[in-house]
Amino acid sequence: MSTVSAERTETAAPVLSMRGVSKHFGAVAALTDIALDVHAGEVVALVGDNGAGKSTLVKILAGVHPQDAGTVNFDGKDVTIHTPVDSIQLGIATVFQDLALCDNLTVVDNLFLGRELGPWRLNEVEMEVQSWKLLRQLSAKIPSVRIAVASLSGGQRQTVAIARSLLGSPKLIILDEPTAALGVAQTAEVLNLVERLRENGLAVIMISHNMQDVQAVADRVAVLRLGKNNGTFRMKDVSTDDLIAAITGATDNVVTQRAAQSGAAAAASTAGTAGPDGTAGPDGTTRASEGAAEPGAADGPAGPAGMGGPGGGSMPPGQPDGNADQPGSGAVPEEGNVP
Amino acid sequence: MTTNPTTPVVPLATDLQDERLIRTEGFKGAIKVGVNRVRGGDLGVLPIIVGLLVIWTIFQALNPFFLSSANLVNLLLESAAVGVIALGIVCVLLVGEIDLSVGSVSGLSAAIVGVSFIKLGWPIGLAVLTALAAGALIGLVYSLVYTKFGVPSFVITLAGLLGFLGVQLFVLGVEGTINLPFDSFLVWFGQQAFVPAWLSYVLAALGVAGFFLSQLTLSRQRVKNGLSGRPMRLVVIQTVVLAVILFFAVWYLNQTRGVGWMFVFFAALVLVMHYAFTRTQWGRSVYAVGGNREAARRAGISVNRIYVSIFVLCSTFAAIGGMLAAGRLAASAQSSGTGDVNLNAIAAAVIGGTSLFGGRGSAFSALLGILVIQSISSGLTLLNLESSFRYMITGLVLLLAVILDAVSRKSRTSHGRA
Repeated sequence: MSTVSAERTETAAPVLSMRGVSKHFGAVAALTDIALDVHAGEVVALVGDNGAGKSTLVKILAGVHPQDAGTVNFDGKDVTIHTPVDSIQLGIATVFQDLALCDNLTVVDNLFLGRELGPWRLNEVEMEVQSWKLLRQLSAKIPSVRIAVASLSGGQRQTVAIARSLLGSPKLIILDEPTAALGVAQTAEVLNLVERLRENGLAVIMISHNMQDVQAVADRVAVLRLGKNNGTFRMKDVSTDDLIAAITGATDNVVTQRAAQSGAAAAASTAGTAGPDGTAGPDGTTRASEGAAEPGAADGPAGPAGMGGPGGGSMPPGQPDGNADQPGSGAVPEEGNVP
Repeated sequence: MTTNPTTPVVPLATDLQDERLIRTEGFKGAIKVGVNRVRGGDLGVLPIIVGLLVIWTIFQALNPFFLSSANLVNLLLESAAVGVIALGIVCVLLVGEIDLSVGSVSGLSAAIVGVSFIKLGWPIGLAVLTALAAGALIGLVYSLVYTKFGVPSFVITLAGLLGFLGVQLFVLGVEGTINLPFDSFLVWFGQQAFVPAWLSYVLAALGVAGFFLSQLTLSRQRVKNGLSGRPMRLVVIQTVVLAVILFFAVWYLNQTRGVGWMFVFFAALVLVMHYAFTRTQWGRSVYAVGGNREAARRAGISVNRIYVSIFVLCSTFAAIGGMLAAGRLAASAQSSGTGDVNLNAIAAAVIGGTSLFGGRGSAFSALLGILVIQSISSGLTLLNLESSFRYMITGLVLLLAVILDAVSRKSRTSHGRA
């Protein structure tokens, strides 16, 4: 399935196209020169470590805070998204990690929040009927839509949040870690749901830390690392190891180090091969068109040493150490802020 | 359900199909839902009704004049002014904010009406409009300071409490008290305007019919769309109870002077606000902002606009309340809006069941809360007790109401209700 849609989307113009998008919070560059394309009927997974800038990117699209530089092209037009209303009116629906539901309101109220039917005389009956229809479509297991959201479980809340995003008939749906709090069956349901969204011709951006989920539904994977593009991969061409290498910035990363600790010989060989260029593997094989101009290979190992402050506040502590004895030291004079 | 013979063949309503849902069909089911709701900490108006009955029983036992028609007529008239102010407090509490300056704003509004109407000789309509505009402007300033600078409303309105008391004294000038003539509209409205007996019954009948028809059409519409309707028997019983209460109250008040127009005005404002809160997009947004501000913002609600509308409403209601109080007193004085006006208004909203934590409450809490406070005040006055006791007892009742709010909030959390 993924191959079909991936080929189909190669030709059409993207629904969303971001170029050179940057965002900083004070002295911290959360995003630097980001490029991202999403086509209709395509699921793009957005992956990266903690602090890589995924949520910031989503918040720019959702109108929570605008970008400092760069262009966002949506549906063929350059747009500026200043407020959540702008985002919703463009046809971007965002399901936030923290769900953003009002606990004191009922399921129906939450589903239609901000776009109630009949502003001066709420049409409660019609809203309830539509709510049931929508929730049944998603085969959601909500016992009653007239109970406060506070009394729902995590999975049910996630369903309500996703259902709400569908109400405005959007063109692009952004799911910020949709399966993070869910059980096994509910995760599968959400993944089914994502595939159904794609079959309906919607563009989907899915943020996830879970590689299994990403591989299950994504057509393409865009990797962010320390606020920069670190390659875009077609799902069918890439292995989990390559992805993890791109996410952490080196094939010699905490994940492989843990694997290597079981055998000292293996550790030595890993360090040897990864030394020159951590991202060479994925970069050479599967980099997608828009990422080709990026000197992504260079910022792989260099990142942790120089950029540790900006995007990497929550990077695993082992990361800079892992690169200290590698060409990362060459990045020090370049950045100039490490004694 | 008993009225609909086809019920057994009709497939199960869309909203009752989930097998985990505890079936609550028909009249008994509705009662069961009500009991469960109270157990889960969703007390609704129950504690206030109980409280009101207890207070009335005690005072009636202590002084048989308390529940007399004449005293109740007076009690309702007295409650209208602060009740309208409390309605404004309900607005700000619903978005999780507070306005401590409503007393000063009401005093300022009384001063503006007095000065412009008597000293400057403006027509009464213009004087009233000016006071209303001043109230709205104050609310606008509060909301702009709140939304632009993010200063807590507690502090902004505390500044307003002092500042507008000063403006009130400045407007009144050296004399300090301006008497309103008894033939002026405001004083007539506050003291002598009573609904004719026949009209009061018509109004009561309209209220009952309106309730019944709205319930009936809603139920019909739900059944037509495949949802569960309200059990007919429950609707009928509710209507009958409402009719008995309304008609008895109107009949009893008509034994003496009748229902004051000022109270009818207050009740009408409560109904309008109830409609606005529950049946309009704006009202839904107010609850959303009070429940989860960030979620409301991300849902595309213009949160700042909601705050502006709420603060403007609150101050405008305070201005209206101030004018009603001036009419009732037949004077604009330096003491207008001072003393316990502020705290009575806030206490009424909270006692009436509007949560201090935002997102919960209804317009009716202003009505019920002010009835409790005025009952205590009136009862203690009848007992010839000093105002020291009134303060102490009102304070105690407020404390009880806030404890009830906090406890029922905890209970709601543990029972999975918002």
